[in-house]
Amino acid sequence: MVVTTYRPLPKELSDIQQEMEQHALDYGLDFFKTIFEVLDYEELSMFAAYGGFPVRYPHWRFGAQYDELMKGYSYGLQKIYEMVINTDPCYAYLLSANDITDQKLVIAHVYGHCDFFKNNAWFSQTNRKMLDQMANHATRMNRHIDNHGYEVVETFIDTCLSLESLIDPYSPHIRRTQKTETRAETKKRTDEESESTGGRFPAKYYMDRYINPEEVLEEEASQKRQKARELSDQMKFPKERMRDVLYFLIQYAPLEDWQRDVLTIIHDEACYFAPQGQTKIMNEGWASFWHSTIMTRHGLTDEGLINYADHHSGTMATSPNRLNPYKLGIELLKDIEERWNKGQFGPEYENCTDMYQKEHWDQDLGLGREKIFEVRRIHNDITFIDTFLTPEFCYKQKMFSFAYNDSNKTYEIQSREFQQIKQQLLNSLSNHGRPVIYVQDANYKNRGELYLEHEYLGVELKLDYAQDTLVNLHTIWKRPVNIETVVDDRPTILSYDGKKHSTNSKEKN
Amino acid sequence: MVRRIDRDQQRFDKIIKGKVRQQLRKYINHGEMIGRKGRETVSIPVPNIEIPHFQHGEKGSGGVGQGEGEVGQPIGRGKGEGDGPGQAGNERGQHIREVELTLEELADMLGEALELPRIEPKGEDALTSQKDRYTSIRPTGPDSLRHFKRTYKRALRRMIATNNYDPKDPFIVPTKDDERFRSWKTVTEPHTNAAVIYMMDVSGSMTDVQKEIVRTEAFWIDTWLKRQYDGIERRYIVHDAVAHEVDEDTFYRIRESGGTRISSAYRAADHIIKRDFPPSQWNIYCFQFSDGDNWGEDNSDCIENLKQNLFPICNLFCYGQVRSPYGSGDFIKELRKVEEEFDNLILSEIDDKEAIYGSIKTFLGTGK
Repeated sequence: MVVTTYRPLPKELSDIQQEMEQHALDYGLDFFKTIFEVLDYEELSMFAAYGGFPVRYPHWRFGAQYDELMKGYSYGLQKIYEMVINTDPCYAYLLSANDITDQKLVIAHVYGHCDFFKNNAWFSQTNRKMLDQMANHATRMNRHIDNHGYEVVETFIDTCLSLESLIDPYSPHIRRTQKTETRAETKKRTDEESESTGGRFPAKYYMDRYINPEEVLEEEASQKRQKARELSDQMKFPKERMRDVLYFLIQYAPLEDWQRDVLTIIHDEACYFAPQGQTKIMNEGWASFWHSTIMTRHGLTDEGLINYADHHSGTMATSPNRLNPYKLGIELLKDIEERWNKGQFGPEYENCTDMYQKEHWDQDLGLGREKIFEVRRIHNDITFIDTFLTPEFCYKQKMFSFAYNDSNKTYEIQSREFQQIKQQLLNSLSNHGRPVIYVQDANYKNRGELYLEHEYLGVELKLDYAQDTLVNLHTIWKRPVNIETVVDDRPTILSYDGKKHSTNSKEKN
Repeated sequence: MVRRIDRDQQRFDKIIKGKVRQQLRKYINHGEMIGRKGRETVSIPVPNIEIPHFQHGEKGSGGVGQGEGEVGQPIGRGKGEGDGPGQAGNERGQHIREVELTLEELADMLGEALELPRIEPKGEDALTSQKDRYTSIRPTGPDSLRHFKRTYKRALRRMIATNNYDPKDPFIVPTKDDERFRSWKTVTEPHTNAAVIYMMDVSGSMTDVQKEIVRTEAFWIDTWLKRQYDGIERRYIVHDAVAHEVDEDTFYRIRESGGTRISSAYRAADHIIKRDFPPSQWNIYCFQFSDGDNWGEDNSDCIENLKQNLFPICNLFCYGQVRSPYGSGDFIKELRKVEEEFDNLILSEIDDKEAIYGSIKTFLGTGK
């Protein structure tokens, strides 16, 4: 019932689908059952606006997204050919206006995604029943709307969405913090500790320096100071900095129950979508690798060739100021396959200094296919690039790094050096290109202020946005909020106290 | 059934219109709308509709690209188009949204924002006018009004009735008798008539900036009045030492120079009113804009003319004096002397673009 527009594939397409599915299986792809539907552009845009999910809670940004997709399409600026969602079974939507060659290509592409969703480690913790979960979220949200009014809830959703990227994308995979001590436990422990500290023993004055030796007292006093210091460290809250700011707020911000629930929904949905951001290059590369493999070997007819070439090259188009994840992904996978087929890896190859020999290195190992399946299982974009990007590849792909030149307000080509390109690429990919932010202290200045820290990696925050975001953060925390970052190359604390913003250079410790 | 997305889209629509309302002053003060006049809707760019996040700015940012080029070669501005660089093509770029509004919607917003009263027509408020409406059908008429569907329907009916219709070869040939034509009925409707006369000083002391201010203000006044009256007639006068009646387009585009004789405009206005708009039947509005730099001896002539001809018959006579670096700005002083006597005379001094908004309120806030 969830997918209300469901229409079974017409015979022609269902034949193609079965054929493509068989090819995919023959190549060793492994996916959940995949349900295809054909939609017109309006419907497809609608699904896309909701992130692929037919039932989500009401919010204007979905409408905005839809508006943009429809406008982009009618102006001929963009077109969505398909959409797949990571669930079990997988749902895939095809555009009805695709011609038959497009449909073949797209279906083959979809099976690549479905295989990736099922097997890539970064998706292993996602909720495969997310259709139901999303519908539940919608129900909960609608209940809050009934109780508190549309605009009240909408405004609060806006506030939460402003913070939605402040999650920990690795949290499903790593336990970062020890269980937090409850307040009662802390009190019991500190009470015991304060009692155990010693002092002078009673003694006659002439015996005192023997019974209470100066050095021992000194030592005891110093131990006591040490304890006190530790104690105050324990009072610091949270004890370790926390990456998942949103989760921290859910636990500790003074929210009403319904607000906490809204924030939880936003948090859970953001976590669900996080792996897609972490594996964009790999996922699109993998799907493109399979559509091109299957199409060029099995799927093409004479009359479809031009269409295929046109569509495929359109997908692979590069541009100077934006990296195409499809292109980078597929080329890197092809490169890995070739290198492992020829044995171009390992110390012997790495240390070879004869350029001619290196270029014509071929041990005929045939390990390529196996290798890329392994790659798709364990890597995300960052580890993928970090492990497999080579100077030869960068050169062949004409890659360069670019940087913003503040003096003429332009992006300029910065370097074609391998190390620079790689570093820049890893930086851009880190945390999906977003700043990494931690909760450093929730009792800043011992006044219950929230203190966040931006892990500065050379790129400054967009200031006006940061200030607006602080306002939203304050709405939730209800006490002054601060973020430590870098402004004009100086460590700086941006603060908002509920009435006004302030910007202070961080004093030296 | 209302689709989920329609509801979300309507909500979005409401929010951006709210944004426009918030920033209405900015849109009013800047003359961007004028070129779009005549179309049904205007597109207004609405920035910053998105939800703020902690995100990277440009300083220190960069990315990786592919293609030819030397080190140091620019690869385009980062802002504004498509996906932002530095995000490996993942992050959405900044979009400037355009919202489509009709001029009527804008006029309503303006009215609301300025708290303009609805204008109450003077005198006989139930003037009738006659209008032709194409609502009926008749058997004769010109070919251009032939109603194809009705004609062919009748022809088909006739052919079936006479057993001349063969479904396998479905030819239908209408005869003269089958033809039907659209026809109109003349209906009388209650009607309030308004005539607006815009006068603009285009003499040498009026710079382009001043003219721009006048045009912007005239545009918004016009938009508001159009909203208030079903039938509104406009006339445009430009003058330096002599006055000319011009069409709307010319009024919004003309560049002139020369000396200034304001009375020439008044005479022209009087002439137009006598010719086209008998005051008993029309609500008459005059809007005059100048930098107030009149040829000295002409001033008394002007006042005389106003008292004699224009003040007695106008709902409103509005004089907007635009501050100019060259003009003397004296003319308004002359009008101030008679301001008390005539409550349909309204004066406004417009210092700069920012003052347009307030000036509109001064003029239209009376509700006359």
